[in-house]
Amino acid sequence: MNAPAVAPSALAPAPASEAVLAARDLSFAHPGIGTVFEGVSLRIRRREIVALLGSSGCGKSTLLRVLAGLAQPARGEVRFLDAPLAEPHPRSALVFQQPSLLPWLTLADNVGFGLDFAHQPRSDGAARRARVAAAIEAVGLAGREAAYPAQLSGGMAQRAALARALAREPELLFADEPFSALDAITRAEMQALLVDVVHRWHSAVLLVTHDIDEALLVADRILLMGGSPGRVLREWTVDMPHPRDEHPEALTALRLAILGALRHSS
Amino acid sequence: MVLNLVLPLAGLLAAALLWAAGAGWLAGVTPVASAFAPVPTGEALLQLVQGRDLWEHIWLSLQRVAVGLVIALVLGVPLGVLTGLSAWFSKATTPLFQFARMISPLSWMPIAVMVLGVGDAPVYFLLAFAAVWPILLNTAAGVAQLDPNWLLLARSLSATRRETILRVILPGITAHILTGVRLAIGIIWIVLVPAEMLGVSAGLGYFILDARDRLAYSDLMAAILVIGVLGYLLDHAARSLHRRWLHT
Ligand SMILES: Nc1ncnc2c1ncn2[C@@H]1O[C@H](COP(=O)(O)OP(=O)(O)OP(=O)(O)O)[C@@H](O)[C@H]1O
Ligand SMILES: [Mg+2]
Repeated sequence: MNAPAVAPSALAPAPASEAVLAARDLSFAHPGIGTVFEGVSLRIRRREIVALLGSSGCGKSTLLRVLAGLAQPARGEVRFLDAPLAEPHPRSALVFQQPSLLPWLTLADNVGFGLDFAHQPRSDGAARRARVAAAIEAVGLAGREAAYPAQLSGGMAQRAALARALAREPELLFADEPFSALDAITRAEMQALLVDVVHRWHSAVLLVTHDIDEALLVADRILLMGGSPGRVLREWTVDMPHPRDEHPEALTALRLAILGALRHSS
Repeated sequence: MVLNLVLPLAGLLAAALLWAAGAGWLAGVTPVASAFAPVPTGEALLQLVQGRDLWEHIWLSLQRVAVGLVIALVLGVPLGVLTGLSAWFSKATTPLFQFARMISPLSWMPIAVMVLGVGDAPVYFLLAFAAVWPILLNTAAGVAQLDPNWLLLARSLSATRRETILRVILPGITAHILTGVRLAIGIIWIVLVPAEMLGVSAGLGYFILDARDRLAYSDLMAAILVIGVLGYLLDHAARSLHRRWLHT
């Protein structure tokens, strides 16, 4: 496998234990509807994959938006690379449940979309093209650069969406149920691919999911969210090397513990 | 595949036969109507395409279509964006727009001539007025149907307002605008001919009246054919523009 063409080192490398993201005592309310979550504190360390698990409607997506700087919390603070976060950080990236590619752009232009925006770190065209090429290569879409989204299958489109996030060389990748619209086989492929590429890109991940097995296969740490208003109720560390699908029995005990906690969470 | 080619040709052939039969019957009633028949029409068309006059009329008409369309776009797209973005503006204007859209643009003709004088100006006005509604309404629908994730993506890139509009919103609604353009071209092409029958001295509409006055009925029929063919080609062009944009 190729190493990324450009090492994500534009910022001074921090020690691996340092937090990329630290949130303290967050709460959020929709005007007129009420408190979505309250008293949420969490840390995501560099290169760590954290799964945020919880039943539908418990506020995972809302929390993800706040952590990504897309919404402001009513109370509390989000720090990204040890600086207060007021707007989305250039070294963070998003992947949604739907690929949401821009249908009028080629795959390559979709992957490179926004890298030239005014508030993104300055980089010349050649460097951007190299980042785009490395990201497309990493998700296995090399040779498809000129294709348009309408010509891609659902799985390929979601790979392209992942490449679009990688091209930003994120310190932290926010993914909101990125694979739940895919069929089982494609989903398993994408889960393995995600682990592979974020390791190579040295990115941390916050993965919102309501699939316990996905959390177990992918995450270093699992947070359980639940309650009304939502809180982080429990957390588990998954201390097992990848790929994990070769020894699913080793995860059975943890799986049962999480399943039990999830049942009591809402 | 073969059927796709044969059936349309068969339809056209049947129409030509009906045309010949109708013209033949009409010629029995009024002999002068024999000039309407397919053969003299074809001969007249052959004459016309070899001369310069018809081409000049066509060129002028197409120019008017373009001007009308551009005016409609310049007015319709921003108004449509505003309608799509602002619930207030939309509530305030929807009944007005639905009302104005249902008035045949030609009913404005006398007023347009009084205000704008004779010449091209009232024709532009009528064409733009006819074309603005489909563009406005489709643009508004396009804004309403923008993928919210695209806007989230733009925000996650800390896009400026300008970047969001130019790189996401406008291209994102272009398919809808092109649908509006296609409908607008259809309407413009229909309104054009009657609009050119008043106050102008060139164009396909003028040519029809002129042919009538010259008692050149085969020319008149030839002009009708030309109008149909050009309209078909315009619609085809607008369709393929739409397809090419979406790469389907
Ligand atoms: N724009 C909004 N306006 C008002 N209420 C909202 C809005 N978005 C979400 N909510 C409410 O906030 C709560 C949390 O929603 P959120 O989408 O964060 O949940 P979730 O855990 O991501 O659910 P799911 O697993 O179904 O995606 C829900 O009760 C929802 O109804
Ligand atoms: Mg959600």
